Amino acid sequence: MSRHFFIESTIRAFARALSRALASEQLVTHRGVLQAFDPRVRVAGVFSLVVASTVSRRLWVIAFLLVAAVLLALSSGIRLQTLITRVWLIVLGFTGVIALPAILITPGITVVSFGGLAVTEQGLRAAALLILRVETAVTLTTTLVLCTRWTHILKSLRTVRVPTEVVTMLAMTHRYIFLFIETANQMFESRQSRMIGALSGSEQRRVASRTAGVLLSKSIDLSEEVYLAMQSRGFRGDMQLITEFRMQALDYAGLAGFLALACAAAWMGR
Amino acid sequence: MAPIFELQNVSFDYDGIPALQSLSLGFEQGQRVALIGANGSGKSTLLRLLDALYFPRAGSIQFMGEPLTQERLQNDTVNLNFRRQVGLVFQNPDVQLFNPTVFDEVAFGPLQLRWPKAEVLQRVNETLELMGILHLKERPPHRLSGGEKKKVALASILVIDPQVLLLDEPTAALDPKSQSQLVDQVQGWKSTSKTVISATHQLELLEDIADVVYVMQNGDIVASGTPAQILSHKDLLTQANLIHAHRHSHGGIVHSHAHSHRHLHDDHGDEVK
Repeated sequence: MSRHFFIESTIRAFARALSRALASEQLVTHRGVLQAFDPRVRVAGVFSLVVASTVSRRLWVIAFLLVAAVLLALSSGIRLQTLITRVWLIVLGFTGVIALPAILITPGITVVSFGGLAVTEQGLRAAALLILRVETAVTLTTTLVLCTRWTHILKSLRTVRVPTEVVTMLAMTHRYIFLFIETANQMFESRQSRMIGALSGSEQRRVASRTAGVLLSKSIDLSEEVYLAMQSRGFRGDMQLITEFRMQALDYAGLAGFLALACAAAWMGR
Repeated sequence: MAPIFELQNVSFDYDGIPALQSLSLGFEQGQRVALIGANGSGKSTLLRLLDALYFPRAGSIQFMGEPLTQERLQNDTVNLNFRRQVGLVFQNPDVQLFNPTVFDEVAFGPLQLRWPKAEVLQRVNETLELMGILHLKERPPHRLSGGEKKKVALASILVIDPQVLLLDEPTAALDPKSQSQLVDQVQGWKSTSKTVISATHQLELLEDIADVVYVMQNGDIVASGTPAQILSHKDLLTQANLIHAHRHSHGGIVHSHAHSHRHLHDDHGDEVK
């Protein structure tokens, strides 16, 4: 593929990455620490640790939670390389963009200055706090998603009283995002098969905006069709689900452990 | 026997574009009906009206002697009773498969119909086994092949064991073996009281899946009869864009004849099946 086809290659890469990330089945069946617990315990436990890392204001407490998250990931069969490439570097890239100005614009004690800009101690602390929090939260949620079937996560959310509408929306998003990425990919491929030579940047942008318009129109049609298909099978606005989970002694112990750790971290980091 | 569905002067349009025009017909209980017609002839729209997903702009539809109206279906009991008795398999399985796993997909209908959970579990497993897709139970539907998706879509309707089955292009995207299995299934329903109404382009299936055929064109029924009667009416099939003149060569001789996927090669003097 020509290097000029930036949008196509981005969509393809995105489709591949998403497919790998969301459809990973190997780790789900791995006999790891997180997999040993009932999915509801996993969801509640990870959620409580994410909340603890978000409310904590002390760097060392968040760093401790990050270490705990990494140990949990490793003991659940996730490789360190996966964490580095799929989580930490990506999060660092995105969060870094937001954190970088904070280093320079936060007033406080100057650590180093150059070209009229001053890096302050408070700025560094604010940036570190933000990056550490996001790294911890994403490490925890990635571990949960990789080690738990998506269906079990959705069912767990329902059993912990997350509204049906939210769970249904998540399920639908997960289901149809693949379809739309595939459709977008096919649209680009079909255009490419009828095209000779490369397009200029402005033409590419025009094609991309038209494609986005067509996809939006298709998505509206599809959502109407899906709603009809749901109605046809008796859907009346209240989603009914089967829950087959059973809590064992280990699950109660695990839940207590997660909650105790989260509460301790929140209290220490206040 | 009273008709299970009765349509009186039913018209329907999509934002002013007519889809069905003053249609009047009835479907008997236990009948196997095929709706044939070119794309845009109104087959899918008619199936959606029969499934009470759309409602007529003019005219009326009765189901088992009761009017099928939006107002009546607002009532939960009426709605659940109707959905329990009528099932529609959509043409595009992707719109029908919105659950995270095949098991959840097949269980969706029975759960919405408020069946006891133990019964749902049993019936879903039985249906998956019947359709030969039990091994796909934990798989996400979007990662299945076209044929597998179609089977799951069909299973998701069969699980509720409806009295009326509405099948929109049931064999589209199916490989020959799966197609033959589906035909066997429809033939098996012949001895039951199930009403099966299929919309299809595939003339070669008519004799296997239908006792009565309606030919649709521009939102209207232009002919009806047994499969043999309809298939022998080549002018009608040509007019309805279901067969066409096909040019090809045998050795050095180029000639044309009526052609459909039923292989109507009788102009040659020999029919190739």
